[in-house]
Amino acid sequence: MQQQRVQSEAIETTYREAVREAIRDAIKRDERVFLMGEDVGRYGGCYAVSKGLLAELGPERIRDTPLSESGFTGAGIGAAMAGMRPIVELMTVNFSLLALDQIVNTAATVRHMSGNQFGVPLVIRMATGAGRQLAAQHSHSLEGWYAHIPGIKVLAPATLEDARGMLWSALQDPDPVLIFENVMLYNMIGTLAADAGPVDIDKAAIRRPGRDISLITYGGSLWKTLDAANALAAEGIEAEVIDLRSLRPLDDATIMTSVNKTRRAVIVDEGWRSGSLAAEVAMRIVEQAFWSLDAPIGRVCSEEVPVPYPSHLENAAIPQVPKILAAAKAAFGAP
Amino acid sequence: MPSLGPDMEAGTLVEWLVKPGDWVKRGDVVAVVETQKGAIEIEIFQAGQVEQILVNLHSKVPVGTPLARIRAEGGGALGTPAAAPSIPLSVPPLVAPPSLPLVAPRAASGVRASPAARRLAEERGIHLSTVTGSGPAGAIIYADVERVGETGAPSEKKRALWLDLAAMRTAIATAMARSKREIPHYYLQHQVDVTACEQWLSQKNATLPPDRRLLIAALAIKAVALATRRFPAFNGFYRDNKYEPAPTVHVGVAIAIRGGGLAAPALHDADQLSVDDLMSRMRDLVQRTRSGRIRSSEISDPTITVSNLGERGVETLYGIIYPPQVAIVGFGKTMVRPWVIDGAIGPRPVVDITLSGDHRVSDGHAGALFLAEIGKLLQEPEKL
Repeated sequence: MQQQRVQSEAIETTYREAVREAIRDAIKRDERVFLMGEDVGRYGGCYAVSKGLLAELGPERIRDTPLSESGFTGAGIGAAMAGMRPIVELMTVNFSLLALDQIVNTAATVRHMSGNQFGVPLVIRMATGAGRQLAAQHSHSLEGWYAHIPGIKVLAPATLEDARGMLWSALQDPDPVLIFENVMLYNMIGTLAADAGPVDIDKAAIRRPGRDISLITYGGSLWKTLDAANALAAEGIEAEVIDLRSLRPLDDATIMTSVNKTRRAVIVDEGWRSGSLAAEVAMRIVEQAFWSLDAPIGRVCSEEVPVPYPSHLENAAIPQVPKILAAAKAAFGAP
Repeated sequence: MPSLGPDMEAGTLVEWLVKPGDWVKRGDVVAVVETQKGAIEIEIFQAGQVEQILVNLHSKVPVGTPLARIRAEGGGALGTPAAAPSIPLSVPPLVAPPSLPLVAPRAASGVRASPAARRLAEERGIHLSTVTGSGPAGAIIYADVERVGETGAPSEKKRALWLDLAAMRTAIATAMARSKREIPHYYLQHQVDVTACEQWLSQKNATLPPDRRLLIAALAIKAVALATRRFPAFNGFYRDNKYEPAPTVHVGVAIAIRGGGLAAPALHDADQLSVDDLMSRMRDLVQRTRSGRIRSSEISDPTITVSNLGERGVETLYGIIYPPQVAIVGFGKTMVRPWVIDGAIGPRPVVDITLSGDHRVSDGHAGALFLAEIGKLLQEPEKL
């Protein structure tokens, strides 16, 4: 699905508003769509994404749920199997662990277990990532875990266009789609076409073309990676920045085309290093583009500690521009 | 698979320079084979059209295995195996030619190079040991190999790693042990005043650019080559208990390789070449030998060997004959010695020339005359 861009006026907006507009648009366009989750109604969402939607769209379509992730995620699965197109909001990926059985053991497997009699056209949105001083229990980046599971799709919108456009495409998918919204992006301001609409959800995007090294990332790390790429350009290194967008399935073709060109790759992933999505991407590069490589593949991941509360330690624990720069330069032989 | 030396049993096909449908003529280099002596360019002995490649890249096959099928010019019969001048051995292949050779470039051990650099080097036939690395930890990267391609031939100073020195040492050991075991050597030594050569060379070199200047080694090789015309007992092969004088003079030139290797490829028809041509051919030979690219005929053809220790050597050397040849002539370094000229003692540049001869073929008397002839020829360098 291609985004339509016909001489449209650009409006200034935020990532949060783009997500809200995507929900409003989906609910208005399709009577089967509704949003449910903790505090999405009267409170307006823990990150204020759904603020005002209850008043506008009513309690049938914007539903507050009890504090029971397993329960309402299961209800969403049932509704989807019965023909609805639910959007389940889990406050954060941390709380999604309470619904892990529903997501991994039910949503992802029903089509298989029912012999294709039932599908689960469910969208689950959740916030992810560190940086807001929410401490070790509320700062996870576990999207890489979900990307391990066959039967679901995993999206990571990093731009206003994707925040606005991925939801509708996800709702059209016959199987469960998880959308991870990085908490640091909600306040991001930018411009978006007034008529911005659905975007494809199966391709990675080149956010910055370059010839010397491929910096592969997604979600909240995209903007740090772009900053790093600009700093590298000042030193004569033209980095190509790839936004994965879809973490499952991965768009191998875009990754390999880039690495075959640049011969170097660094993966920036806010997940912990061991068993990370970064490890999966690196291994695919080794499998498919080994003979194009000019340097060991680099990774910038989170330090393998519970994410600290103090701001300076929290910042030190997750990928930052200086670490990305160092990893990129290491691929050129810098100590 | 041609025999490229008396001790070669098998070779690995590392590069095809022709493909089916190509026309070839006698002397064309058609393939590169890796042996214990390094990578050898294989010439073809038959004109015609390549009909079929029979041995895939990276296959190791015994000497005598047909490498390709050539259709003779004029549509003649099939079945002439390319480049197989020696008697084929009825040995089963060591490795069955794989139907699909792996595309993985062969790793050169000990060289730190990126996969991309290895692949490009393989594609372009550039050996990684000739490339300076600029990547992480000094690794050779793609751009380094690319640069070599742009600047042409790799530096001669660096030893090509595809000269597997350990394997070369084994080959030398085998050949030399066989020589000392089978050949009853006799040794003669003759001191020659080379004043005439030195004067002629300095006069001649004064007008030549540095890259074309002549060395005394060129005169020495030419003198040996010419001397064999009068003394054919030193130019040929001893095989199957009998001596076969060679109709042509291909002088093997002993070339030291950094790190402890040695090869003595042939300067073809050295007796026919002018000294200038001989010198430029020698430069080319030294360069190719050190970068690991010797042609098959250069390895198997020498009919006599000359070893010249040059300015950094000692006064005298006693060579060991390379079988099945029957003689090796050694040149020590030029020494200024007190010399008697017309009853007075004066300083003269003098070279010790030695002969190691095969006593099964010649005797000391003939050897002495042969050495004396070389010395005499060196008195008139302008006629060489």
